[in-house]
Amino acid sequence: MNALPCTIYVSFTGALLALLAGRVSAAAARWVALATAVTAWGLTLSAAAHFVPAAAVQTLVDAPWVPTLGIRYHLAADGISLTLVVLTGLAATAGILFSWNIKERTGEFFALYLALIGGVYGVFLSADVFLLFVFYEIAIVPKYFLIANWGSTRREYGAMKLALYSFAGSALVLLGVLWAYAAGGSHGFGLTDLATAAAGFTRGEQIAMFALVFLGFAVLAGMFPFHTWAPTGHVAAPTGASMLLAGVVMKLGAYGCLRVALPLFPIGFAFWQPCIAWLAIIGILYAGFVALVQDDFKFVIGYSSVSHMGFVLLGLAAANVRAASGAVLQMFSHGVIAGLLFAVVGRMVYERTHTRKLADLRLLPLHRLLPFAAVTFVLAGLASMGMPGFSGFPAELTILIGVWTTSRIWALAAAVGVLVAAAFTLRAIQVSFFGKVETAGESPAPADHAHPLDPITLPEKLGTVLLLGATILIGLKPDLLLGWITPALQSPFFQTVLKGGTP
Amino acid sequence: MTLSVQSVWLIPALPLLAAAIGALTPRGGRKLAAGCAIAAMSVAFVLSCLALNGALVNPAQHAVFNFVWFDLGHRTVDLGLLLDPLTALMLVMVTFVGTLIFIFSLGYMKEDANFTRFFCFLSLFAAAMLGLLVANSLLLLFVCWELVGLASYLLIGFWFHKPSAAAAAKKAFITTRIGDLGFLLGMLWLYNSTQTLLFYDGGHGCLETGVLAGLTGSTVAGGLALSTAIGLLIFCGAVGKSGQFPLHVWLPDAMEGPTPVSALIHAATMVAAGVFLIARVYPLMAADQLLEHVPVHALTVVAFIGAITALLGAVIAVAQNDIKRILAFSTVSQLGYMMLALGVGAPAAAIFHLLTHAFFKALLFLGAGSVIHAAHHEQDIRRLGGLRLRMRVTFAAFTAGMLALAGFPFVFSGFWSKEGILHAAHEWDVSQLPLYMGLTAVVLTAFYMTRLMAEVFFGHGRSHEAEHAHENPAVMTVPLVLLAICAVVLGFLGTPAWPWLQSVLTGKAIEPHSIFEGGGLMLLSIILVGAGLGLGWAVYGRRLRQKAEAADPLQTAMPGVFAALADRLGFDEFYAATVFRLNAYAAALADFLDRRVWGGLVSFLGSLGEFAGLVNRSVDEDGLNGGFDSFSEGVRGTGQRYSRLQTGEVHGYLRTLAIGFVVLVLIVVLGGVR
Repeated sequence: MNALPCTIYVSFTGALLALLAGRVSAAAARWVALATAVTAWGLTLSAAAHFVPAAAVQTLVDAPWVPTLGIRYHLAADGISLTLVVLTGLAATAGILFSWNIKERTGEFFALYLALIGGVYGVFLSADVFLLFVFYEIAIVPKYFLIANWGSTRREYGAMKLALYSFAGSALVLLGVLWAYAAGGSHGFGLTDLATAAAGFTRGEQIAMFALVFLGFAVLAGMFPFHTWAPTGHVAAPTGASMLLAGVVMKLGAYGCLRVALPLFPIGFAFWQPCIAWLAIIGILYAGFVALVQDDFKFVIGYSSVSHMGFVLLGLAAANVRAASGAVLQMFSHGVIAGLLFAVVGRMVYERTHTRKLADLRLLPLHRLLPFAAVTFVLAGLASMGMPGFSGFPAELTILIGVWTTSRIWALAAAVGVLVAAAFTLRAIQVSFFGKVETAGESPAPADHAHPLDPITLPEKLGTVLLLGATILIGLKPDLLLGWITPALQSPFFQTVLKGGTP
Repeated sequence: MTLSVQSVWLIPALPLLAAAIGALTPRGGRKLAAGCAIAAMSVAFVLSCLALNGALVNPAQHAVFNFVWFDLGHRTVDLGLLLDPLTALMLVMVTFVGTLIFIFSLGYMKEDANFTRFFCFLSLFAAAMLGLLVANSLLLLFVCWELVGLASYLLIGFWFHKPSAAAAAKKAFITTRIGDLGFLLGMLWLYNSTQTLLFYDGGHGCLETGVLAGLTGSTVAGGLALSTAIGLLIFCGAVGKSGQFPLHVWLPDAMEGPTPVSALIHAATMVAAGVFLIARVYPLMAADQLLEHVPVHALTVVAFIGAITALLGAVIAVAQNDIKRILAFSTVSQLGYMMLALGVGAPAAAIFHLLTHAFFKALLFLGAGSVIHAAHHEQDIRRLGGLRLRMRVTFAAFTAGMLALAGFPFVFSGFWSKEGILHAAHEWDVSQLPLYMGLTAVVLTAFYMTRLMAEVFFGHGRSHEAEHAHENPAVMTVPLVLLAICAVVLGFLGTPAWPWLQSVLTGKAIEPHSIFEGGGLMLLSIILVGAGLGLGWAVYGRRLRQKAEAADPLQTAMPGVFAALADRLGFDEFYAATVFRLNAYAAALADFLDRRVWGGLVSFLGSLGEFAGLVNRSVDEDGLNGGFDSFSEGVRGTGQRYSRLQTGEVHGYLRTLAIGFVVLVLIVVLGGVR
């Protein structure tokens, strides 16, 4: 456990090294980046191997940072943090494997990439809200440059939209947190300190503060109607970046909601609970419907991300241990599955065919040209629509079980989302990979051989195996993660807001 | 020798292993993939027989083996295995029919380029189906249920280069998933009410008396008992999977898959899963029977849905021209009978019919496959004809299947199992309407099967393909013969004179009756079968079709009715006009909102952000320069910079925004500290 803070330092050091290595050669930068990501991931896994599930948060580092303001450099971890840092390590490693072909300014690309990862690790490990906020900002800035410099379709627009939303969100968070800090007597930004202070706030104060903080974080989690940055951002981003964006950055928002907004302001949350739940449900269905009619392959996946994140938010809104466990499991699951989907669409297909229009793709016999990509996408699509055997099934099931105890209507409405997910995923699979209509027995058209597509490379295959392996492992054995998550949610810190689940 | 419940997982595991091997085998490894699949299925059959042997020792016992899947705080989610006569009989049926169909596929799919993939999918399907049978947990059953749906999606869409096959696969998956939605909700409700999804768990399972009493004790909206509500939601899943009205529309389209798939999935096993599900949770479905003042009993709904489906399928089958579609609608109709039996409180009769139907329907589909294969994929009965002489084995076997389906008295299995259902319907004290619907369907079944026989096997070939058809090799005909034998013999397991099957399934010894007990109803149904056969022969057999283009005699007599039936009573059009259109509108609306409305919101927020940046910047410069004049200068300068930013210098703009935020942070922080 105590090695976990090193993930942050390793990532930032790796970022510098990658920048320097980029001056030598692109290959050097790649290998430095991969080594960094694997090292950090290895650290998380070794921490996980020695982790004893417990309700209490384990402090890793605690030192005064800005003593006059009571800001501390306080890093801590529990089962939830652990789940998410393992996800970060996995997504970062896979993302680098799928960015192996970045040729221009490779060093800078990976430097920004690793800086982002470092920030993400920091957020998941922070126990001081101000520190968390700083890491949160660190994670957002590289995002902008990654998209603006290495992106594709309307990248400036997508990058700007993402940056605007992110900063607007963080401004709200900051405002809410500072208000709570000031109202609580300015003693400190520690999560537990603030929670203690917040217990003495009036209902009105809690309601307003919760609204600011939750909304600020929920923007980054893709909550309807503040989700539009996500699809455009995903579409514009280079593959590795959209994998991170969907894989971990959206989780930052959801994590902030769970770690900061809910436990600090339980009374405020109680007021907003139905509103959040319905926005989450609308998000699930609405994004599913939008995904059903998109013509850009990446937009389909982008909206599916929003739809799946709706389940996370709904799980949080249901506010019981089961639903929240499911929400954290869904964060992991979606991180892996969305990463895989973006890898197929962005890296395997787009960079070979140079089109993402479904209308164009359906004319290509992609299943024959890229059989590996086709199989991967079918499996990832099945995972995404919640097929048993993949991680999405236990995650969504647990959320629904939990939501049912809070409100049957919510569970009913959200379950319809599972149906919509099946519809748009099947459409995407059929149109993109199996759209080519051939008459039986006809030999492949000569045009197919005129522009042979590059075969799938080894790094791509490795990345696919990693992500698919993870989703299947958790699909078959969800206890691996739930065993960490559930005890953490039964801690007194979360029990102020979550119901049902005394240990 | 017996197989204990702890080892029963081997039965689904073997085909799963075969599927994995098939998936990893390159296209060339045809023998390996097919060999593994058939070997796994055969061994699974042997193991199933051993399991049956064990289950018969004490038929009333439900042997279980439970384990925890995951922990949800103070409650766990458990899975488990179950071995009782119901499971064991179904296992034997599925593995036996499955093995024969796998062997038949060797011949049928010989020329297909994706032979290995086909066997991989078939094995995956078999594994999921067998897993569904051994589940002792509604959740494990649901998991396998979904995998069965997935395998059927892959197999229906196996020839995905045909647009109709791709569309049919999607339709099957989505339609059954609509039913599964109810199943899922029922499961959630059950779990939250009983804290368990295990069927049998030493007195704590959700099908055991103590828990059921709790479920019938509480009521929900409308005065329904809780068990009724949960039961009906679970029944939705069965409606979808077993092709019951109103979700039957996917089943006939599913015939786009290769014929062995139709035989295995859409006749013998997968569609039976819904019937099996209701038979499995029968204690839950029947729990509300003791309550008197409730608006409706769960089983009453099941009975009426079943009766409607039985009649509807039979009516529509009369006017179909595709040999596989006729059989598909007959499947819909027969599944309706099974549901009817469950609904009127005779689960043993339902399972008896399920078993006999599995054999004779697999036989009919493989027979049709044999015809289609010989006639080079000609499926239109109007263009076939005269195959009686050219395909003698197929003809003989198909006739046995047809007579079993039509319920030809005494000799054929279908007669006995259908008799059981009709008698149960007769004794039902709620309504006699389902009985009359069932009896009507008896006439129609005999009628449309006679039409099929006359068109396909009699007369002379009405197309080039039909004229040059010849008998298939032994790999295809031997399974037919074996199934034909079963289609006859199997009936004697459950006759009134020796009700072995009923005793085993209910776990109670049932006294043999005279065969002719309740002879009036039996006589009536014999007369009805005779009438159907006779009428069919009178219309289609006496004057055989001469040309493929000639109108159907019924069409000439009743053009309007015939067209409506041929159009499948417009269910597909109705759904297209309602559900699909609604769906399309919702999607278009959401898309519009996202592009226009939220897009506008983005622009608004964007300009808000720009405004904030500008204000901050001007305040900043203001503070540095001081004085009114420089303020004006600052505003002007900012305006100029702003116009530069507009041309796309976004980095600079972002910097501005960042600076603005830092200033804001400092102001607020320092203000807070004071």
